[in-house]
Amino acid sequence: MAVIGHQPKEFLLAVEGLTVSFDGFKAVNDLSFYVEENEIRVIIGPNGAGKTTVLDLICGKTKATSGSIQFRGKELTRLKENEIVQTGVGRKFQTPSVFEDLTVFENLEISFPRGRTVFGSLTFQRDKTVKERVEEVAEMIFLKDRLDTYADQLSHGQKQWLEIGMLLIQDPDLLMLDEPVAGMSVSERAKTAELLNRIIKDRSVLVIEHDMKFVEDIAHKVTVLHQGQILSEGTMEKVKNDPKVIEVYLGH
Amino acid sequence: MIINSRFFNRSELIGFIALAAILFVILPLTLDVFRLNLVAKYLTYAFVAIGLVLCWGYGGILSLGQGVFFGLGGYCMAMFLKLEASSVENTKIQSTPGIPDFMDWNQITALPLFWQPFHSLTLTILLIILVPGLFALIIGTAMFKRRVGGTYFAIITQAIAAILTILIVGQQGYTGGINGMTDLRTLKGWDIRPDHAKVILYFVEVVLLFACIGIAQFIRLTKLGRILVAMREQEDRVRFSGYSVANFKIFAFCMAAVFAAIGGAMFALNVGFMSPSFVGIVPSIEMVIYTAVGGRMSIFGAVWGAILVNFAKTSLSESFPQLWLFGLGALFIAVVLAFPNGLSGLWADYVQPRIDRLWASRKSKSEWADTSVADGAPAE
Repeated sequence: MAVIGHQPKEFLLAVEGLTVSFDGFKAVNDLSFYVEENEIRVIIGPNGAGKTTVLDLICGKTKATSGSIQFRGKELTRLKENEIVQTGVGRKFQTPSVFEDLTVFENLEISFPRGRTVFGSLTFQRDKTVKERVEEVAEMIFLKDRLDTYADQLSHGQKQWLEIGMLLIQDPDLLMLDEPVAGMSVSERAKTAELLNRIIKDRSVLVIEHDMKFVEDIAHKVTVLHQGQILSEGTMEKVKNDPKVIEVYLGH
Repeated sequence: MIINSRFFNRSELIGFIALAAILFVILPLTLDVFRLNLVAKYLTYAFVAIGLVLCWGYGGILSLGQGVFFGLGGYCMAMFLKLEASSVENTKIQSTPGIPDFMDWNQITALPLFWQPFHSLTLTILLIILVPGLFALIIGTAMFKRRVGGTYFAIITQAIAAILTILIVGQQGYTGGINGMTDLRTLKGWDIRPDHAKVILYFVEVVLLFACIGIAQFIRLTKLGRILVAMREQEDRVRFSGYSVANFKIFAFCMAAVFAAIGGAMFALNVGFMSPSFVGIVPSIEMVIYTAVGGRMSIFGAVWGAILVNFAKTSLSESFPQLWLFGLGALFIAVVLAFPNGLSGLWADYVQPRIDRLWASRKSKSEWADTSVADGAPAE
């Protein structure tokens, strides 16, 4: 579909030579990796490895010191956060960030990709398409009968689901999730895994996760970060048996 | 279902009817013209308060410089009125007839260029909206695009208020200086000073006030209103939902500026003069206090805040002039500590549930039980 620059066709996301330095400390150092269409990529690594920073760089929250991030041939490092979202990149934060003074319905409605300008939001109509889509997504995230509930009344797990729903309604081509099952109860975790398994179809997903069982379940490919650089990359099987990975991350 | 297609919900409708009845009927019938004119003066601040509800209450943008926009609107109106009062006929004793008296006192011999548009009433009305609107657009763009917010923004707006005051006072020949623009007489030949004119101006102002309430309520009910709330809470989430946060902040700030300017223009008409004492830091902070006292999340609350605080100011400073500032300070501390949602918050917590209960019990008597719906209501 999209126009591709010099990148080989199959890469949805191409990160090359990405570096960011905070006062001289290189949180991400000359990082390169590629994500294909419909690929589920999990980033693992010890604390401080730069995993969240990589997501911050892709979605524009942090500006890169050098390097390039190409999404469908578009250079993301030059775009603003909202423009990056509009090209089709969705991001879920580590701590659930939902709008607590709004209802579940309103949270999802704001995320619906229409009327995103000042004028557009003044003339936005809550029509049938919006209502149906909101209800459809609410059903997927197990919140169908909580549409009128203010988000501050939801449990931690429900807030996580709501935020996933807010991403889902944007229908991004690249979905980035930062520890989506962290802080969840066992039953919530199982439900979330089921939910994620359903929504990661037909799109590329970049996930940060510590839960190895979960990683093994979903990952097509795993990238292990250590001190801002790639330590190992490949299938879970390969990564798990990599002595370097065992030493710095998996333990024993 | 969630969909509430009505413009006002029940408690807002009660607030609307009560305010309309009081402002349109009860006050004009019970007050003498002098007191009614005082209310008109208080109501000019209600315009500012409505703007602050949108900008501060909803958008979370605290501006401590609304006096700037109130002043710009007021000065635009006053410049038109002053020009009309300075006809060659009226000013023939001056060394240069046909220019405002303060210019003549300052040895200015020709009307400055920026005064020229104020010969026309149409242009004046446009400028009352455009000058503060554009000024807010420039400040907003400069600040919000660079992600300056919160306290820093508040301090910068306050600095702008101080700068504008100094500028007006310093450029006496062009602005009338510390005395402001006084001796305003007619609007298109219609004398604004006699009692019957004051009454008409009062009604014009109340109509405009309700128009602004309507616009603010409309904005509040659109998706833009919900985005403002969302932005106040989780700015990043709004940004990562594909919205340019800066543009929405600029919009809210500009709307607040335009409302304040309309208030300022009505002030010049109703009170008959405009001076830098309504522009600076102290009046700007007072405007925030009216809004806080009335309730920064409530449009009607803010109107009441403006009326009641100013009424208290008039009555207190008539008898104890030195005490007023202490009273205002105490009021602000009380609002912050004891009732952060202001009068409208107190209303919603203590009065509204009683009304709801009365409503519910009447309903359940007349109809078959529908109480389950009413029970869900007081949770707010």
